[in-house]
Amino acid sequence: MAEVTYIDAIREAQHDLLEKDERVFIYGQDVGKFGGAFKATQGLQEKFPGRVIDAPISEDAMIAMAVGAAVEGMRPIIEMQFADFSSVGFNQLVNNAGTHFYRTGVPVPITVRLPSGGTAGSGPFHSQMMEAIYAHYPGLVVVTPATVADAYAMLMESAALDDPVLYCEHKFLYRWLKADTMKGDPLPIGQARIVHPGKHATVVAYSAMVHEALRAAEELATEGWEIEVVDLRSVKPLDTDTVMASVARTGRLLAVGEAFPWGGVTAEVISRVASEGFHLLDAPPQRINARDTPVPYHPNLWRAHRPTLESIQAAIRNLLSL
Amino acid sequence: MPEVETQHAQVGAAESWEDRVRRTFRAMVTAYTLESKLSSLYKAGKIVGGVYIGRGQEALSGALGACLRRGQDIFFPLIRDQAGRTAFGETLLDATRTYLGSVLGPMRGRDGNIHRGRPREGLPAMISHLGGGVATVSGMLMARRMQGSLGTAVGATCAGDGATSTGAFHEGLNLAAVEHLPMVIVIANNQYAYSTPTERQFACRSLVDRAVGYGMAGHEVDGTDMLACLEVLGSAVEAARAGKGPQMVVASLLRLSGHGEHDDAAYVPESVRQSPLGRDCMTVAETQMTEGGFATAGEIAAWREQAAEDVQAAVATAQQEPGPDPFRDDWNAYATPGFREQT
Repeated sequence: MAEVTYIDAIREAQHDLLEKDERVFIYGQDVGKFGGAFKATQGLQEKFPGRVIDAPISEDAMIAMAVGAAVEGMRPIIEMQFADFSSVGFNQLVNNAGTHFYRTGVPVPITVRLPSGGTAGSGPFHSQMMEAIYAHYPGLVVVTPATVADAYAMLMESAALDDPVLYCEHKFLYRWLKADTMKGDPLPIGQARIVHPGKHATVVAYSAMVHEALRAAEELATEGWEIEVVDLRSVKPLDTDTVMASVARTGRLLAVGEAFPWGGVTAEVISRVASEGFHLLDAPPQRINARDTPVPYHPNLWRAHRPTLESIQAAIRNLLSL
Repeated sequence: MPEVETQHAQVGAAESWEDRVRRTFRAMVTAYTLESKLSSLYKAGKIVGGVYIGRGQEALSGALGACLRRGQDIFFPLIRDQAGRTAFGETLLDATRTYLGSVLGPMRGRDGNIHRGRPREGLPAMISHLGGGVATVSGMLMARRMQGSLGTAVGATCAGDGATSTGAFHEGLNLAAVEHLPMVIVIANNQYAYSTPTERQFACRSLVDRAVGYGMAGHEVDGTDMLACLEVLGSAVEAARAGKGPQMVVASLLRLSGHGEHDDAAYVPESVRQSPLGRDCMTVAETQMTEGGFATAGEIAAWREQAAEDVQAAVATAQQEPGPDPFRDDWNAYATPGFREQT
């Protein structure tokens, strides 16, 4: 059986976009002949000369360049080498790209790929989750695909949207996550998916944490607990309806995220459920995130910094006991 | 206002040196007239936020705008570029509607003052964070190059001495040079970034020395001298048009106003005001017009009268128009239907 990985899907989506839409081009560090730090653009420059362009190490200028190109009718895909480095392009992302449509009426369809999240040994500056920062700003769309099929379909859709999209792709999933096919049953951006039905508690997760939550749900199933797992897929727009409907069935909510604990996506999910669905809750809603320190280098520390199968399981057990 | 419409060059129109000089001066007069009016309106409490004028920079800005072709070239103006905007062909109504918050203006009350533009017409709208214009224009030019529609178009953007200290400015210049783009980057060294003098801004002999570091041509000009500005900017624009890559032009002059109309610029010493940097380019240009035979005193008087009439009409129109209605604004930052936050 053919096997495709998460990164294969990202490369294939970019290939298909370049092939189908002459307005698409790719700009980023080492994306050309080298094929990108993670090989997400391998072979694309050779096949699409002039449209897969190496950039200087200038994240601010890369985003400003993309905004200008989008104004002129192009649909740039910008590869940040690591999500962490998008902080250097932050100003152009939130103040130029994010404000452009509201201010001028001219949309800027750009897709910024953010290789996100931790892998053991990557340390404080190659491991960050940036989705909450960008979701805070108006005008930006933030997606967090967790499956091979979503990696493909959501990148295709991101490039087709007229808004700037932060496409947060998880580095841990790149080669670890495999599927038979990348052509799944796509949902539009803005809709969450129930990936494991249940009735005793709802676990809301996104990106790589979906897989940790699923493993926790499967293990707890052997004890008779039926845990519903919701994959948000996009954190902005946030599909409050699907989350609320799930909580209506289960009465209990745990939100799981790999980002730092202050504010963020899990806090937003709980805030919405508490304010709009307080009557649905049988227990105080819970959240679990990474620790409030920089992401540590050593694997012993790194594994204990982010939520794990064990800590998620413990959090679910606690939720069920409340 | 058909009079204003004729103040910019159309693509393909061959323009004589005399016509360009006259057009530059007229744009300077119009900008001066408009900005004087805007300043009065601000001081009378009729404009909220702020008013930022280009006093002392009319010659430099107007000359740049006059060297560009509306409909083909790209002009990314900054805070002190009213004269350049007018010479490039922005209507007075775009200015007055934005300053006075008319919902019919290009920014519809969602942004104000100099933060205005028509991005799809080669006139991007600046954000307040300095330096980003260089890479934005680079992207516009790269898009056209990929589309095969670049032709002989040129992109121009402006910076002050303060903007040259930003990372965005450095990144943008380097990118433009690496891509060998047809760009002109005009630096108005007006001696002060708000209140900060140049000796607290940079330590190099002249900002033009930076050009060689980026691998681009550098030009210097006396920014108080309209004819010199037209000559230097004209050759820089033509060099960029001819495929010689980005051109940096550094002009020396003095900001003859505060940072905004709220600022009396008391921090500028009298010795600097009295130095050659403090020459008023409007006075210099008027002398150049009459002594060079470009216009008679009578023509100039008529242009001033026309400018006053046009400005008055543009202000009156904008003042009679509705401001934005918070109950009618769609409060939607997304182009994609259904993505608006419901909270």
